[in-house]
Amino acid sequence: MQQDYLEISGLTVSFDGFVAVDGVDLSVLPGDLRFLIGPNGAGKTTLIDAVSGLVPAAGSVRYGGHELTGRKVHRIARLGVGRTFQTATVFEELTVLQNLDIAAGHRRGPLALARRRRGIPEEVERAMETVGLTELVDAPAGVLAHGQKQWLEIGMLLVQDARLLMLDEPVAGMSAEEKDETGRLLQRIGADRTVVVVEHDMDFMRSFASSVTVLHAGKVLAEGSVGEVQADPRVQEVYLGPGHHSRAEVETVLGEVS
Amino acid sequence: MNKRWAVPAAFAVAAVLLFAVAPLALSPFRLDQLGRYLCFAIVAVGIGLAWGRGGMLTLGQGVFFGMGAYLMAMHLKLADAGPGGTPDFMALISSDGVPWWWEPFRSEIVTLLAILLLPAAVAAVLGLATFRRRVRGAYFAILSQALAAAFAILLIGNPTGTGGSTGLSGFRGFFGFALSDPANRLVLFFTVAGVLLLVLALVRQLMVSRFGELLVACRDAEERVRFLGYDPANVKTVAFVVAAFMAGIAGALFVPIVGIVSPNDVGIVPSIGMLIGVAIGGRTTLFGPVLGAIAVAWAGSALSEQFPSGWTYAQGLLFMLVIAFLPGGLASLAWRRRARAAGPASVSAPLPAPSGGN
Ligand SMILES: Nc1ncnc2c1ncn2[C@@H]1O[C@H](COP(=O)(O)OP(=O)(O)OP(=O)(O)O)[C@@H](O)[C@H]1O
Ligand SMILES: [Mg+2]
Repeated sequence: MQQDYLEISGLTVSFDGFVAVDGVDLSVLPGDLRFLIGPNGAGKTTLIDAVSGLVPAAGSVRYGGHELTGRKVHRIARLGVGRTFQTATVFEELTVLQNLDIAAGHRRGPLALARRRRGIPEEVERAMETVGLTELVDAPAGVLAHGQKQWLEIGMLLVQDARLLMLDEPVAGMSAEEKDETGRLLQRIGADRTVVVVEHDMDFMRSFASSVTVLHAGKVLAEGSVGEVQADPRVQEVYLGPGHHSRAEVETVLGEVS
Repeated sequence: MNKRWAVPAAFAVAAVLLFAVAPLALSPFRLDQLGRYLCFAIVAVGIGLAWGRGGMLTLGQGVFFGMGAYLMAMHLKLADAGPGGTPDFMALISSDGVPWWWEPFRSEIVTLLAILLLPAAVAAVLGLATFRRRVRGAYFAILSQALAAAFAILLIGNPTGTGGSTGLSGFRGFFGFALSDPANRLVLFFTVAGVLLLVLALVRQLMVSRFGELLVACRDAEERVRFLGYDPANVKTVAFVVAAFMAGIAGALFVPIVGIVSPNDVGIVPSIGMLIGVAIGGRTTLFGPVLGAIAVAWAGSALSEQFPSGWTYAQGLLFMLVIAFLPGGLASLAWRRRARAAGPASVSAPLPAPSGGN
């Protein structure tokens, strides 16, 4: 398990000269529920894109003893790296069961693929229970509510047996109860996995993060516990503007300070 | 439970129609015509898989159809000429004898294997090369069109090897059986009908298998599939290869039935023609492409007997109308009716595929 941590060093992504991620160093251990926050355009999504192989990057990303940079998306996925997207992306015409079954299947051989599925695979059953979609097993994913799609995506990561999960704004647009449920879900699945959550929702972060990294203009601005990050003057400056800020001001933007 | 029996029942009806009703009801001439339509239906089944389920707008199936057809035609010409003999058309044009690359096709086994394997192998190479480079949508369609055009030009430019623009014709025998004998022609028709049912069964199995679900996933969200650890290029290539395999077999059967194959059967226009029936019938369904292809081929012969040039325009117009107003083809009318009957709360009605070539 010691191998299963994520270690990013000097990661740089540029788009035609514009540097979206600028020399980021970041390590996340299994069991950690790491939140990645930062203002719009900070480079959070681009960082996840780089780790998952979607955009080419300079520097190094190591996970489970493998260097990830330069590998193809599906090869990185096979190393146990899974991600979700800022706008939930599921196979809308396929059912919840079919979506999960596909996510479970990249190891299947040609013969297994050529056959019809009989019954529900055990890991799919378990994932449906974990994310609470058992009732909707035969519903086309396209008719699911927004929050349910996010849960389906998390379920897909579970059956995919991803050990490193990167979630891009999983609770955006969810109701308060849905957020709570998602948070508890993330804590449960994060107990033995490496989980990175990109979020703008500060209350959600405060409730569920075990550690936080703040990204700004492509660079790591601060890192630590929720309290440390909230108290960091540089973080306050980025979120609230320059100068000293009262506790009340900080609490409105960065969430209640404990 | 009627859903569970719908497909086996449709297969049974098709078998009765093809093996009992058609031979009794149709004159030998009409039966030959139907046999030709069934060849296009076999191509259509493959296109339904690649385009309807896989999202690949295969506008160049004439290439694979033509490969199967020319392989068969070469063998039939060699067989007619007898052991060591030179086919009649070759002897007329040149005195060089049979080109070296014709020689292997004197053998029945080699010919049959080549028909089964060569179009599929070419499709595998092409598919991997294009899909790995993420060529898709309109670019893939244009590429396949260009291929069909190039193939036709290659055939025309090589008259000693392929009969040039007149193609290969005048076949007398088919694996030892005289093609002039009506009984043999009936067997030929049954062969085509049987092959059609077989390829339908194969595609049916692929559609309901896990592969079929994965293929739809690749069609609708190719990028997403990568993050689940699959290479969509491989998935799409398999569907493309299956479609090419079927087109090759159809081409091979077309030759003894029609008695001629020429570049006019493999170029851009016939390649598009192979797709139109699929679009009209409903590309995402199992039987839609078959019915559409037969209907279009039938209308084609019926109309072109009266208005030789009008049919090409009518065909194009029909294609545009279907794509614009009924993207799911005629089959989507049936879904709509069923969905309406089930009421708005129904979520299980299959949704017609939205995008064309993506
Ligand atoms: N493909 C691209 N080409 C050019 N610029 C890009 C591309 N993708 C992202 N960017 C730029 O990189 C910067 C970082 O974008 P990114 O999406 O990573 O931000 P983010 O932190 O996820 O923001 P948000 O919170 O709004 O999602 C932005 O300025 C964005 O415009
Ligand atoms: Mg983002």
